[in-house]
Amino acid sequence: MKILVCISHVPDTTSKINFIDNNTKFDTNGVQFIIGPYDDYALARAVELKENSGATITVINVGLVDTEPTIRKALAIGADDAIRVNAEPTDSFFVATQIAEQAKAGGYDLILMGRESIDYNSGAVHGIVGELLGIPSISPVMKLDIEGSTAKLAREIEGGKEYLEVNLPFVAGCQEPIAEWKIPNMRGIMSARTKPLKVVEPSTVDSGVKLQKFELPPAKGSVKMIAADNVQELVNLLKNEAKVL
Amino acid sequence: MEAAVKTKNAIKGGEFLIRETQASEIFIPEEFNEEQLMIKQQCEDFLKKEIHPRLDEIDSMKHPELMPSLLDKAGELGLLGTSVPQEYGGFGMDFNTAMLVAEVLGAGHSFAVGISAHTGIGTLPILYYGNEEQKKKYIPKLATGEWKAAYCLTEPDSGSDANSGKTKAVLSADGKHYVINGQKMWITNGGFADVFVVFAKIDNDKNLSAFIVEKTFGGITMNEEEKKMGIKGSSTRQIFFNDCKVPVENLLSERENGFKIAVNILNIGRIKLGVAAVGGSKMCVSTAVNYAKERKQFGTSIANFGAIKYKIAEACTRIFASESAHYRASQNIDDAYNAFVAGGMDAGKARLKALEEFAIECAILKVHGSEVLDYTVDEGVQIYGGMGFSAEGPMDRAYRDARINRIFEGTNEINRLLTVDMILKRAMKGTLDLMNPAMAVQKELMSIPDFGASDEEGVFVKEKKALANLKKAGLMVAGAAVQKFMMKLSDEQEILMNLADMMIEGYVAESTLLRVEKLIGIRGEKACELQKEMAMIYLHHAVNKAAAAGREAITSFADGDEQRLMLMGLKRFTKIDPYNLKEARRKVANYVIEKGAYPF
Repeated sequence: MKILVCISHVPDTTSKINFIDNNTKFDTNGVQFIIGPYDDYALARAVELKENSGATITVINVGLVDTEPTIRKALAIGADDAIRVNAEPTDSFFVATQIAEQAKAGGYDLILMGRESIDYNSGAVHGIVGELLGIPSISPVMKLDIEGSTAKLAREIEGGKEYLEVNLPFVAGCQEPIAEWKIPNMRGIMSARTKPLKVVEPSTVDSGVKLQKFELPPAKGSVKMIAADNVQELVNLLKNEAKVL
Repeated sequence: MEAAVKTKNAIKGGEFLIRETQASEIFIPEEFNEEQLMIKQQCEDFLKKEIHPRLDEIDSMKHPELMPSLLDKAGELGLLGTSVPQEYGGFGMDFNTAMLVAEVLGAGHSFAVGISAHTGIGTLPILYYGNEEQKKKYIPKLATGEWKAAYCLTEPDSGSDANSGKTKAVLSADGKHYVINGQKMWITNGGFADVFVVFAKIDNDKNLSAFIVEKTFGGITMNEEEKKMGIKGSSTRQIFFNDCKVPVENLLSERENGFKIAVNILNIGRIKLGVAAVGGSKMCVSTAVNYAKERKQFGTSIANFGAIKYKIAEACTRIFASESAHYRASQNIDDAYNAFVAGGMDAGKARLKALEEFAIECAILKVHGSEVLDYTVDEGVQIYGGMGFSAEGPMDRAYRDARINRIFEGTNEINRLLTVDMILKRAMKGTLDLMNPAMAVQKELMSIPDFGASDEEGVFVKEKKALANLKKAGLMVAGAAVQKFMMKLSDEQEILMNLADMMIEGYVAESTLLRVEKLIGIRGEKACELQKEMAMIYLHHAVNKAAAAGREAITSFADGDEQRLMLMGLKRFTKIDPYNLKEARRKVANYVIEKGAYPF
């Protein structure tokens, strides 16, 4: 079985978010980058499938050369080889198109990724990739088992769970608890730099979307604590200071 | 390449006292490569996932199988085999990487002690002193964690004076076994170890011999787990050997070579303990900073108060300084190792020889690292205030667990004595030329002070001069003490402690200055403003501490004109330009508080 795992290169969850260039660019200064946490679960499930019943895992990332340490981390965790599409991942359609092209060429049985990246959180890439390849796309997948040429999935839906059976190949946007989060072992880390990492140039895509600017949420105002039994004061402040009553 | 190895090899252990090191000659933690950073992350993730959620359970000792099972998990990730060569099932990492692993895992409380005892004093005696059969038999199993190891040196009446142990080994009548009888105590991992490295004297030998003892050999009994102040989750047992029959082929190295093994293995243990303490300190200060940000008093977060900022900046500075010195030394050890191997030496021997070369630095770092940790946990408790004293908060464990570090792997007193002792021995042997620099200092003392401003340009010009003077102060006091007491200097332990402090501070302050100088060369001055402040803070700390230690020593053994002259010299050599340290600390603290963790 051939599995393609798509990984995003995102700021660590504790990063401080700032924008530069007139609020059009994310300030990467001092930011540590990681594999997108949802993608990490997708990768972990791929590694489990490989350990249980054999598979080859290719990871793909759309990004410039600075994403290579993140890609090598995925190789350390257990992927066999990697593809980097040498381009800034400008928007979901652009990224999905690049992935779909590589997926078509590679002929994968399964395409896994996180339900969304944790930077711009569009959560759209898996759907577009499925559409472009003409195969099903399912998200958010919390359980995934392969049985021959089909897969059994569990998906989170509003107020409950949905159980599905789907023919390979398909695209899955994954989330916890699809697999146990994996820490790379020393052997994996040492072999990461010797595994193939192919760099391909992107194809031209005009997604018609152009970023104008970012805006940070307004800073939190100060908080006033009022004793629980002092309702009078609460009403007074809401009326006269916050002027919401 | 060969030329590079040769130049690097030119640096000798202890030479920092008399030689000015260039920034380009030292390794700095900012130079770790991608693979090493991935290993660092791996260790951090391991603690986050497996250890930190279970600290209470580990310390409760309710589940004796927990610690060995966690070691198994570490083994699955390869963390038990970092220093073990690939042919014995390990990963053959260099010493610097092994240090990085030790640093991160140092934040693992009781687990940190368990893993370091297994991979260090448990595994390394066999790896470095075992013959091929012994290595093949034991090392692969220890590298994966299938077998756990412990090290049995200390006895009820033989602690710091390790060679005085009473445990005996007698050859059996058929010549096939050594029969061991005796009692060992404070044995880390004792409760679950499969293999013990046991030190005992054969017949009436003067020196110890070392044996590899498997638990299944029989004749081994143990007391209950010791009740300890800290590292409560680390198994610590008293072990009794009653006619324990050890096959003769399990003698490690040669008869009477045990004390040497013990000493050399402790060199590694010391520098690793130091760096683990640095790792523990980083976690502690990060925890304390977050509390300081959240805790509100007088209508504001206590992190906004200068008194709290002082503690945060001071802890971070000392951590930064200690870290600088640790990785400088560990790279020196790696370089020396590579040079020995290039010269045809066997890898195990080369590793030991390299560590022996830098044994002075190892002792210095053990002391420094453990005392930085003590400072940090103490101020951590203070920042937490009442909650710091509560056994429900994280500082309780940090404070209790830190304390052992000044005791094991040779107490800090023993290590201070050793620092001076080794330096003086090398001077007497002629491997370290202290005589000429000490005489030059004496000459300088009699001459008119140089008031001229230096026209040298570059980073830390004045500070380097202050540092060179700090070293001169150390040489002056040491030289005078040696002349005064000659062979009886070893009876003057108080003075030896003073001398050790002067040397420790000189080494660490220099390492910090050189690290920042090198970093400025890489990142530019603007990006290193805070590191520069920390180098300034530390240098002032070092100079003041050395001045106090020097004064105490001089006034204890010199009087009259001699005392006056030396005190004047000390004043001259510990003179440092005023610097606004309050502002420097505030800058450092503000950044640490903004980041919410140790950020350097």
